Amino acid sequence: MTIEKTEANGRLKAEELTLNMGPQHPATHGVLRLVLELDGETVVKCTPHIGYLHRGVEKLSEHSTYFQVLPLTDRLDYISSMSNNIGYCTAVERLFGIEAPERALYIRTMTGEMARILSHLLWLATHALDIGAMTVFLYCFREREKLVDLFERLCGARLTVTYPRIGGVKNDVTDEWLDSLFEFTEEFPGRIAEYETLIDRNRIWLQRTKGIGVISAEEAVNRGLSGPTLRGSGVAYDVRKYMPYGVYDRLEWEVPIGKNGDVYDRYRVRMEEFRQSNSIIRQCIERIPSGPILADEPKFVLPAKERVLNDMEHLVQQFILMTKGPQTAPKGDVYVATEVPKGELGYYIISDGTGKPYRMRVRAPSFVHVAALPGLCEGNLIADVIANIGSIDIVLGECDR
Amino acid sequence: MEPLEIAEKLKREFANEVVDISEFRGQVSVTVKRERILDICRFLKSASEIEMDYLADLCGVDYPERRFRFEVVYNLYSIPHRHAIRLKALLPGDAPTIESVTPIWKGAEWHEREAYDMFGIVFNSHPDHRRILMPDTWDGYPLRKDYPLKGRDTSDYKEFNEAKLLHTHDDEWNIDSSF
Repeated sequence: MTIEKTEANGRLKAEELTLNMGPQHPATHGVLRLVLELDGETVVKCTPHIGYLHRGVEKLSEHSTYFQVLPLTDRLDYISSMSNNIGYCTAVERLFGIEAPERALYIRTMTGEMARILSHLLWLATHALDIGAMTVFLYCFREREKLVDLFERLCGARLTVTYPRIGGVKNDVTDEWLDSLFEFTEEFPGRIAEYETLIDRNRIWLQRTKGIGVISAEEAVNRGLSGPTLRGSGVAYDVRKYMPYGVYDRLEWEVPIGKNGDVYDRYRVRMEEFRQSNSIIRQCIERIPSGPILADEPKFVLPAKERVLNDMEHLVQQFILMTKGPQTAPKGDVYVATEVPKGELGYYIISDGTGKPYRMRVRAPSFVHVAALPGLCEGNLIADVIANIGSIDIVLGECDR
Repeated sequence: MEPLEIAEKLKREFANEVVDISEFRGQVSVTVKRERILDICRFLKSASEIEMDYLADLCGVDYPERRFRFEVVYNLYSIPHRHAIRLKALLPGDAPTIESVTPIWKGAEWHEREAYDMFGIVFNSHPDHRRILMPDTWDGYPLRKDYPLKGRDTSDYKEFNEAKLLHTHDDEWNIDSSF
């Protein structure tokens, strides 16, 4: 908006309007504040202000044992806490030099993809709502409910799960649970088609998304974007393929990529990822081996609960690991990245040999994506700011840490 | 290319700059002096067969007891060649300044702002050198090891008036507000 004022000589004077968007704005997906300088309806300058949700996770981690850090990682990207947990456990396992057993890896891959579907469903629901498609929101939450119910049956929690453990996972999956999940994967492809009929060729949707917020492949890599936001620009960089963890390298799946790098292509990439995730889950259900779910590494891995309750040694071991951390942690540093729904989540952990990390850095994809927001918004219309925020898929809990 | 080969190549190119090369769990770290960091990064990005086009992460680390108190850690990755390397630049505690790498990777901008915010590391010729997560008026650098976990006295933070208001009636209720 340009405010027009009459000058002393009777002529109209136009000046730029500064607009505060957020921190309490439903379309900013959390407490993000954007200061927009507007010339008419065009955004001249966009300055994001973050930090409203800063809880000092990195500082807290330096004062907690490796096991106590795990619940903190839930609160980073609270939409897909499972992925954060898996990333953290994978990183710590690499640091300690231990490996989770096969069955645990399959369970992690499976639940990780469930978290991806959950996160993308919430993204689709809110992104569509922001642009004006209400119905999709209700459809997405219907399927979301089924998946969080499955999480609840698996570990008792729906949102902040803290389910994986260093060296494996907490509970074993039952056959009934796998059957229910399989049922879900049977019906889910039909649901994806349903969402697509709602918006894929909707004229308003196309006008609001095609050619909006274009970012070239080179620019996207240079800015450090990752995940579907990067792949929408046509770069096939996916951590699951490039630096495989879990059992991703043993399954058959593809990395969907876009072409034009606009809001529509990023939307298409995520829609295709639904199908890929669904197929990964099915393959995991078919191939999951039997066996232990926690590694047999008494120095680093918590003992089984029954043993803790029944003999002294394991009680002491559990006590020491939880309150003091592993006493023989190797010295060194690792950077381990995993592909979470939002993009590349990296944990850079420095160990000084004590039970607590000397430094734990969280490389959050949302943080990098918000940094790229001005580049997407400047020079475009104010209405497209909403579409752009939706298309980069941010969660401020992860951005501010 | 194997990470160690990249490290060796870097050492040949910048013999006076590379201080140390270490390997842990298959990941290679190259410790360098801070003076020619821009040249080193530009070499890593442009040299054929290395092409580190993706700055995965940049962060600060504090070692209060070392001669070079601060480190800036660059986690680099090459998408075309699928290899990674870690750079560590050494910074003295009394004047922790280093050149900004934003001309090479734009993605470094906010990471560097965060390193300034959390450690007080100053990045020269940074396009927008402000605090990012903490308020602009904040005193101190929270991730430094000498900064207490529970923070300093919050009365330093001028805008925190609500908290004070809440405690004005503490005497009546006999509540100890000296936590």
